[in-house]
Amino acid sequence: MKANCWVSPNKVEVTDVPDPAILNSRDAIVKITATAICGSDLHLLDGYVPTMQKGDVMGHEFMGEVVEVGPGVDRDKIRVGDRVVVPFPIGCGACFACQNQLWSCCENTNPNAGVAEKMFGHPVAGIYGYSHLTGGFAGGQAEYARVVLADVNPLKIESDLTDEQVLFLSDILPTGYMGAEMCEIADGDVVAVWGAGPVGQFAMDSARVLGAAKVIAIDDVPYRLEMAASQGYETIDYSHTDVRSALLELTGGRGPDKCIDAVGMEATHGAAHVHLYDRAKQAVRSETDRPHALRQAITSCRSGGIVSVIGVYGGFIDKFPAGSWMNRALTLKTGQCHVQRYMRPLLERIERREIDPTRVITHRLPLAEAPHGYDIFKHKKERCEKVVLTP
Amino acid sequence: MTSSPEATVRRAAPGSSLRQDPLTRGLGVASAALGLPQVTRPADFARSLGVGDAPRHRAVTELVGVRELAAAAGLLGRPHPAWLWGRVCGDAMDISLVARALRHHDGRGLRRTVLTMAGLVVITAVDVYAAVTRTIRKETATPMELTSTTTVTRPPEEVYAFWRQLDRLPTFMAHLEEVRVTGPGRSHWRASAPFGQDVEWDAETTDDVPAQRIAWRSVDGADVPNSGEVRFVPAPGGRGTEVHVTLSYEMPGGALGKAAAKYFGEEPSQQLDDDLRRFKQVLETGEVIRSDGAPRGKQAREEFPQHPARPLTDEERKEVLA
Repeated sequence: MKANCWVSPNKVEVTDVPDPAILNSRDAIVKITATAICGSDLHLLDGYVPTMQKGDVMGHEFMGEVVEVGPGVDRDKIRVGDRVVVPFPIGCGACFACQNQLWSCCENTNPNAGVAEKMFGHPVAGIYGYSHLTGGFAGGQAEYARVVLADVNPLKIESDLTDEQVLFLSDILPTGYMGAEMCEIADGDVVAVWGAGPVGQFAMDSARVLGAAKVIAIDDVPYRLEMAASQGYETIDYSHTDVRSALLELTGGRGPDKCIDAVGMEATHGAAHVHLYDRAKQAVRSETDRPHALRQAITSCRSGGIVSVIGVYGGFIDKFPAGSWMNRALTLKTGQCHVQRYMRPLLERIERREIDPTRVITHRLPLAEAPHGYDIFKHKKERCEKVVLTP
Repeated sequence: MTSSPEATVRRAAPGSSLRQDPLTRGLGVASAALGLPQVTRPADFARSLGVGDAPRHRAVTELVGVRELAAAAGLLGRPHPAWLWGRVCGDAMDISLVARALRHHDGRGLRRTVLTMAGLVVITAVDVYAAVTRTIRKETATPMELTSTTTVTRPPEEVYAFWRQLDRLPTFMAHLEEVRVTGPGRSHWRASAPFGQDVEWDAETTDDVPAQRIAWRSVDGADVPNSGEVRFVPAPGGRGTEVHVTLSYEMPGGALGKAAAKYFGEEPSQQLDDDLRRFKQVLETGEVIRSDGAPRGKQAREEFPQHPARPLTDEERKEVLA
């Protein structure tokens, strides 16, 4: 089959690889009908996530039709012919983490848990197409994929919603939603979101659905800010506006009650010297992640507020504003999304038309053009916001 | 997570048995007896060996004396095999010095110099013997103790029952090839050891309390004498069962073997951590989870760099599932 594979930093290519087959008895094979390129795929592309290997199949946002199930699969849950969306973190449903709805921290699904434990202190769940640190599972930017523990993870789609309406239940919609949910939005809350990429857009939509009085988008890409503005959100372009004063202005001097970092480890900074400092430290590996958005979210948040981090970090950061965080009674909440927890409720919100996930799609490409999709997404060409690939 | 396995290794404190070792002490006293006259009366000492008392000879003799006194202080004060090896090096130096003296000998006292050389060869043999045997004895006398623990979301009865069925242990323990129950409380174990060897032993169950504890030890004649214990403790708040494992064994090759095994990625405490991780997988999900990168499941850690995260070919799949 054809699959989009990692070759080396800044290079992916679509090549022929073997078809997947059942390896564990509770596996299923899914024929992929739609898949997408995620912002976190760019961290892999750029070479900032360790343990990528040449030939790794990329992609953790995918859906399709079940074409084979292993002998151990509970057929009351999933059968051949089912149309499913696959959540990116692999859960087992049986460990303490899964039982407590912390699916992305599953204790059983990462065969390389020992390596992850060395890096993070405790291991994290297996993730499709997302380095060997998260298990070395082939991803879904391909014609077929092996889905692990298939009777626990995939969400069956039984309504007539289109692929584009439900595909993002695999990652970015639940991720954005979790970012807003962690904010514990109360009446009158102003929510500021750093990053107006697809996850940021869904965090904004979710904040509104959850009752935010005002939502503010912070970015430096004009068309992304326009996309946010078209939904009625306030915008701040940090490339020519001082974010702190703009936020104070928009909140009557209070500062946003809740702040969401939807940027993560490869942030850029309006002030060139600050960006250069972190870029240089990152290049020599004395810090692995560039935390401008996180720093700004912490210092901007009103005292006693919540800073919710859904942008991806992989290693270590420098100049963490611990004084601001501690003295002003801030709460920091984080996590890779526990997708399985949100898929069904969010599917219902889509069915009720409360959220329209298709609004972020700007490009529809055949799988064969995946490298081009990465290029326009990474370099923000052609007003690219979200690329959907069709095998 | 509370259930993350965390193995620790405890090694017995290095024994001070050398302090009581007559050979080590004897060599220390000999060093002192030689070193003292060399330092205090170098000219007389050099003459007695038949090498003359030129200033150069006196100076060398004095230096050798200082070295002997240092060795004596070490062997008697803070005994360690390193001092014995130090003596071996000193012997090599002395032999080369006396050999040089023999080559340039003027004939006076030649007999004494030849006797000195013979004596040196004997002393060297004794030193090499002492250094080798004391090094090995010290190392292999070090038993290794490994502990690791995990929490499984199942009741103690079930977790105990799974472990109790010994022939299932190789499904999650990376280095076990086979465990066969050979009689009541008796079993035969086969494991792969570092460098591709197989080790086998018979074990007897020494304690078996349902839902609480299983203990075993190898019977006489094992390649690697070992013993182990696993305790099953109810975790608080209905979190399942804490599994506490302790393994003790005499690591073949002592510290050297351990260092070599570590170099080849077979760190014993990591193995035990990973074994328990898989034990948890089997009990909670039904089997050891395989990925494309780690398709063998059991040997995940040894395979870096791994198979790429892309589907296996038919041949690769047949091989890993065999």
